[in-house]
Amino acid sequence: MDALPDSKNHERRSGGPLWLVIDWIADLGGLLMDAVIGLGNISMFGLRTFGWLFSRMPRKETLLPSFYQIGVLSLPVIALTGTFIGMVLVVQSYVQFRNLHMEAKLGAVINMSLARELGPVLAATMLAGRIGSAMAAELGTMRVTEQIDALVTMGANPIQYLVVPRFLGCLLLIPALTIMADFMGVAGAFFYAVHLLGIDAHHYLENSQHFVGGFDLFAGVFKSLFFGAAIALIACYRGFHCDPGAEGVGRAATAAFVYSFVMILLLDLLLGIALDGVYYTLWPQTPKLF
Amino acid sequence: MVATVETNADPNAPLIRLDQVGMAFGRQQVLREIDLVIPRGQTLAIIGESGCGKTVLLKTIIGLLRPTEGRVQFDGRDLAQLGEKELTRQRIRFGFLFQQAALFDSMTIAQNVTFPLRRHTKKTFEEIRQIALARLAEVGLPESILSKKPAELSGGMRKRVGLARALALEPEVILYDEPTTGLDPIMSDVINELILGASQHHPVTSVVVTHDMRTAQKVADRIVMLYPLPRLKPGDPQILYDGPPERIERSDDHRVSQFVRGEAGERLMEMRQQNGR
Repeated sequence: MDALPDSKNHERRSGGPLWLVIDWIADLGGLLMDAVIGLGNISMFGLRTFGWLFSRMPRKETLLPSFYQIGVLSLPVIALTGTFIGMVLVVQSYVQFRNLHMEAKLGAVINMSLARELGPVLAATMLAGRIGSAMAAELGTMRVTEQIDALVTMGANPIQYLVVPRFLGCLLLIPALTIMADFMGVAGAFFYAVHLLGIDAHHYLENSQHFVGGFDLFAGVFKSLFFGAAIALIACYRGFHCDPGAEGVGRAATAAFVYSFVMILLLDLLLGIALDGVYYTLWPQTPKLF
Repeated sequence: MVATVETNADPNAPLIRLDQVGMAFGRQQVLREIDLVIPRGQTLAIIGESGCGKTVLLKTIIGLLRPTEGRVQFDGRDLAQLGEKELTRQRIRFGFLFQQAALFDSMTIAQNVTFPLRRHTKKTFEEIRQIALARLAEVGLPESILSKKPAELSGGMRKRVGLARALALEPEVILYDEPTTGLDPIMSDVINELILGASQHHPVTSVVVTHDMRTAQKVADRIVMLYPLPRLKPGDPQILYDGPPERIERSDDHRVSQFVRGEAGERLMEMRQQNGR
């Protein structure tokens, strides 16, 4: 792979406009090649992680600190995010629904949005920023200061020792944190709608219950499993392939967040389409809002 | 104790053998056609100016880097041919002291020093603690630092903890990457004494990568000098000197004597000409 050209070291020629076009095409080819190589590398990284995941579980002493970092320390920020999302949704939708005299239907729309979309996506985005960047920076620093090499020389596999606990932590705890975000969002929206805007609690809850089903909750949590896996793999990969120096570590942390965010949105779209397909196949008659 | 590792039956066979080893990172060639045989019990110093590939050579010996050409044999085994498990079994026969010590900064000093013991032995907590204390005492560090984090220690102390960790499993080979770089002259000599001491306590083969001539001459039985490839003519060997420390100062090669005496010579002029181009 090292022998392949990349966009950074391709030889530039000077000359007429024809060479400019040729250079431009070569640059584009180089970028494309880098992207394909990057995709191949991260796929191999993911496969090796899965390989270790199924061959030998990490020790408790490596799992617990990861779980604590990812799960426990993220709770306050996730609870806060969830609560505010719920309340903001009420603020944004209330006027339109009041104009149609349908305030009581607010619960259905808000809780559906929370369970299927905003809870999982915003929780994952928040966690990509909080956990993903931190993991990339931590592993990047370990790479730059040769701590990862030190692990190898002492007979520890860095994927098994460093990546698998973080991967498991994200895979298991990001869905749990999503449920927390959903719950706080539902509670925040209920509080704002019922106690501050005076919407009737009985109708608000009845509409929610009628419209939001178990599958919607499942869909949100199911998506968050993929978000968790993507955040962990991208962050660990960026950390492991960090460029030297403080600048390299900074870039790894930023790239971990940006790539995770894009991947969350992409996965959200693809999984949304797939889950809708499953839903309408299983339940062709769905409850209607109006 | 450590899982038993099969060793080569012939005690006179060289422990480490490099055959025509070449290493390139992308288009940048760093090592070319390196042949090196390191017998058991020898302390070899690899010297050379920055960027000549000393550290890369050290990392290929333990399999941290895989050579792009040639092969590295350890105790009769080609490292590139070994599976993950066997490679790990061979690697724990090595101790590696990194340039900046590479202590795990999320762990305490106690956890750092005991890491290889906890991972590869079935000793009790107390036994492991006693070994850690003995290793720390060997490198002149008190028990009181056990609960500290690496960030709380000075550079010299971190290096000594790194050495204590490298010695924890009583390795057969110790690799030192620039052990005295960045240390004051007294601490540098302390590290030199510790390197000598490590090979006196139990039979060990050592490879010391350094550009400090005092270290090389004090600790080594044999010195190998590498030269940066970009400065070499295409057919010239990259190893400029391979022999005992006492003869290196009498070398006929002006490139060797220039390094040994630490003279800039024509270098500054060359650099200015390159930049002015």
